[in-house]
Amino acid sequence: MSRRSVLLAAVVLIVAWQVLALLVGRPILPGPVEVLVTFAREIPGDLGLHALVSLWRVLASMALAVALAVPAGLVLGQSHRLNRLFSPLVYLLLPVPKVVLVPIVLLFFGIGELPKILIIFLILFFQILVLVRDQAAGLRPELIDSVRSLGAGRRALFRFVYLPASLPAILTALRQSIGTALAVLYVAELFATKLGLGYYIFLNGSTMFDYPKMYAGVVAMSLLGLGLYFAVDGIHHRVCRWQYAAPSAGG
Amino acid sequence: MGVRPAMIAIDQVTFGYSPESPIFESFTWSVEAGEAWCVLGPSGCGKTTLLYLLAGLRRPISGDVRVDGESLRRPRPRTGLVLQDYGLMPWATVWENIALGLRVRGFYGPDGRHAPRDEALVETQSRVDTWLDRMDLRSVSGNYPAQISGGQRQRTAISRTLALRPDLLLMDEPFASLDAPTREDLQELTLQLRAESGLTLILVTHTLEEAAFLGRKILLLGRPPTRRALVVDNPRAGTAGYRRSEAYASMCRELRERLGALV
Repeated sequence: MSRRSVLLAAVVLIVAWQVLALLVGRPILPGPVEVLVTFAREIPGDLGLHALVSLWRVLASMALAVALAVPAGLVLGQSHRLNRLFSPLVYLLLPVPKVVLVPIVLLFFGIGELPKILIIFLILFFQILVLVRDQAAGLRPELIDSVRSLGAGRRALFRFVYLPASLPAILTALRQSIGTALAVLYVAELFATKLGLGYYIFLNGSTMFDYPKMYAGVVAMSLLGLGLYFAVDGIHHRVCRWQYAAPSAGG
Repeated sequence: MGVRPAMIAIDQVTFGYSPESPIFESFTWSVEAGEAWCVLGPSGCGKTTLLYLLAGLRRPISGDVRVDGESLRRPRPRTGLVLQDYGLMPWATVWENIALGLRVRGFYGPDGRHAPRDEALVETQSRVDTWLDRMDLRSVSGNYPAQISGGQRQRTAISRTLALRPDLLLMDEPFASLDAPTREDLQELTLQLRAESGLTLILVTHTLEEAAFLGRKILLLGRPPTRRALVVDNPRAGTAGYRRSEAYASMCRELRERLGALV
């Protein structure tokens, strides 16, 4: 996929939006120019603040999920016994749509940052756990044996084998979950908060009836998702260069 | 003058993956320092298992495996292991793969357990570069294993092991998945490297021609359980022109007959 074709697709979307806005011809669908002007005006102020709060919540959840799910996944991937014990639990919990847990998490943890971060964390945690576990379990025993024969104990195996081997799984899990994470963040931000893009969109749409601002919030949320997606993808290309290296005939 | 202990002393070893069907039963075998051995047998005879026992990656059910006078409890820093499918890390370049063992040593320091106690903290860069040149890998040093040929991969794996300066080299079917010319090149190279360093070589193979060419002594394994070491002497192995000599051809015939009698 080239940069040009992505840009072209964006132009097509904006044109379609413009055409649709003209056809609808009502304030509930302002055209792209009006929305983008509002976006540019609001982003240094209120909108920017809400966007930053949302970004912080996603990044904090990501950091927490990676920090906890990666070690857990590596342990389960290395130990058949523990995996047999825990995999039914993971199997049951993984497909539960975490968004339905929003009211429960709010009940228990109330207002503030923690419940929002926690709910996204839950989504990311299971995705990363499963991918890292399968990656670690799929490592060939010959590879482990040959690195052990070089003198590697448990810690060196972790540092030189398990960690680099699970990096692609971590990044893939993050990239795949960004969409869901933001959707759930949006829902979580509808409740018990006065900060975040979810709140901003809801407030301007349903209370203030300021549609251009509401749409500017939607654009901000979309850009947040896109930005995170591209960032994770970029990191993936950088740190897992071997996955993208062209296979050559060799000598 | 004290008698130098055997490089390898396997004493009354019993081992099996399940207790009912042992692969080795009260098996005793020894190897002197500097010898070149091949372990020859059909698949399922336990030759790879024997190598894993020597590498300290498996522990005997009973009996004792001693390397250089010490009972094995874990992989020993001065023992090198090269496997058939290379054991290279797909995410690391040729250079990084060769440096891996040295990095692991740097990670622990010379603690006598993961790395030899008498090893000064190593000059990774120059050692890796030396092996890149020696093994003709300079041009692919930045490539990943998937991007190089089978022969280059195996040369990378050998470099990684020899960069650690082992005194015992264990090789498990190291050339089995290579084409014939590459295989013969690497067999010659193995003999050269062994002659240069004086290390003890144990090479496991299922091809009797390879055993006849490389092994001054050949351990024959048949259907398990193995109770007795059956050894064939092959004093001219590794000498110039041996592969095309009549002695080599008759050694191959002898091995074929004795293997046939075993299975």
